[in-house]
Amino acid sequence: MTALRNIGALIEKEWRHYFGSPIAYVAICIWTLLFGGFYLLVMNRFIVYSLRAGMSEMGGGPKPGLNDWVISGVLHNMAVVTLFITPMLTMRLFAEEKRQGTMELLETSPITSWQIIAGKFLGALALFGLMIAVSLVNFVLLWHYATTPPEWKPVATGVLALLLVGACFIALGLFVSTLTRNQIVAGTLTFGLLLGIWILGWMDDPSAGPVAKALAYLGLLTHLEDLMKGVIDLKDLVFYLSFMVFSLFLAHQSVESQRWRA
Amino acid sequence: MIEVDNLTKRYGRNTAVDAISFRVHKGEILGFLGPNGAGKTTTMRILTCYLPPTEGTARVAGYDVFAQPLEVKRRVGYTPETPPLYPDMDVGSFLDFCAKIKGVPAAQRKTRIADAMEKTRVADVKRTLIGRLSKGYRQRVGLAQAILHNPDVLILDEPTAGLDPKQIIETRELIRGLGGEHTIVLSTHILPEVSMTCGRVVIINKGRVVAEDTPENLTHRLQGAATVRIEVQGADEGLETTLSAIPGAKAVRRVRAGVFEVDAEGGRDVRADLARAVIARGLDLVGLQQAGMSLEEIFLHLTTTDVATAEAAPPAPPAPEAPAAEVRS
Repeated sequence: MTALRNIGALIEKEWRHYFGSPIAYVAICIWTLLFGGFYLLVMNRFIVYSLRAGMSEMGGGPKPGLNDWVISGVLHNMAVVTLFITPMLTMRLFAEEKRQGTMELLETSPITSWQIIAGKFLGALALFGLMIAVSLVNFVLLWHYATTPPEWKPVATGVLALLLVGACFIALGLFVSTLTRNQIVAGTLTFGLLLGIWILGWMDDPSAGPVAKALAYLGLLTHLEDLMKGVIDLKDLVFYLSFMVFSLFLAHQSVESQRWRA
Repeated sequence: MIEVDNLTKRYGRNTAVDAISFRVHKGEILGFLGPNGAGKTTTMRILTCYLPPTEGTARVAGYDVFAQPLEVKRRVGYTPETPPLYPDMDVGSFLDFCAKIKGVPAAQRKTRIADAMEKTRVADVKRTLIGRLSKGYRQRVGLAQAILHNPDVLILDEPTAGLDPKQIIETRELIRGLGGEHTIVLSTHILPEVSMTCGRVVIINKGRVVAEDTPENLTHRLQGAATVRIEVQGADEGLETTLSAIPGAKAVRRVRAGVFEVDAEGGRDVRADLARAVIARGLDLVGLQQAGMSLEEIFLHLTTTDVATAEAAPPAPPAPEAPAAEVRS
């Protein structure tokens, strides 16, 4: 009970910071603009392609679907945008507390390090969730206007995949933020790490050796594919959850160890 | 209420706190006095479970700071030297957040916040962003945060640092008012503050306790051994015996030719008698000064002389080479 109340208080506090400063507005604004932009481009291409497919009715290829083309396409692009935008949400989480000395307030209050970490993680994740929720308006329009509306299941799993990837990025960014009192350092380092992890996924080609394959497996975006298609594979979920828990565990160790090194 | 035993804290090779021990009883206001870098803040951080001790134990309200930190934190209110505040929050929501994480039950939260704001006189800035507050207000919001959950123990690290004289007086009054109800440990390097607010003083220097007593006793003990220094011109042989014969003169030392120091018994003023005795011997009295010690001088004395000797005999009479003895005439 007290644990939940403490975590709740921290989430609320983080949101006050996000919305009391331009961070939340800038993040939501950039995110929805990019989402809309990608949506528009992909939609245009889709319309052109389906017209062409319609004209060559007899010998044409498979009729393109909204799910594969539009929704999956936009979500894939947004996963990359997530990579750019989450460091902005996480860089201040601990670095700022340390710089302004408020870590001392948190650590001398009757709350545990896990509660602090959970509160901050969920606070940032909730903001990311809000960003996704706002931009889903784009997809809702499809059900209203499309002649054959998209299947809802791949949309749901696709959004879930995006949320999971975002959660992993946030967990990693939160850990990096515990390492420094400088927000710029935290943000840049997080961004570099995320970019590196993204690039790991590029090693995944059929001719790759076992080492390259193992590294590619760590690439966070490679695990998106099945979920985007509407297939929930336990191993992908386990992968994301373990990445998240491991990052938060590192953050916890980092916070605890700083008391000893101080 | 607070029991500290052989507490030691080392940062690498550097020992910040060296085997200190002291007790604070319920309702007492303890002044923690020492120059900058003496280990005051480190000790306070250990008492608030912010730092783990290297050796020794500290217990607050019966709970060990290392083994039961949550229990300790629930019972301690703490204001670090720079109050830990979020500049982008307003005072009301900051205190609301603090009340939540300090475990104030939801039903009492409003009244506790209002109460703390009233006590620290910050109610008028409830809706102001902390970043826009003056130093004095920030300090008081930091204090409000510490008393929110009605803790048994209040630990205040230099609560009056950076305040203007009026605010300092108000803050001292507030602290005095909080004593009795709360057990308070406050650190400072401003001496009058201690004699005005604290019931007992622990003087700490280079990580060690060099003296511990009430401010009055500390002053008395040293005034009891108040020293008069006289300077004469002429043949001073045998003057020592003459001076020793004066009632109230406890000990006489010849510092160098023509300069004597006379330790007077508690509270007695022997200056007039000394002067008469010198003149009666046909010598010229060219200097006479009383080296009675204010708290300030005791402090300087204890913290500038060798720690080991000071600890062996805290009320030692001021040695001639100690700058403290020269501070005031």
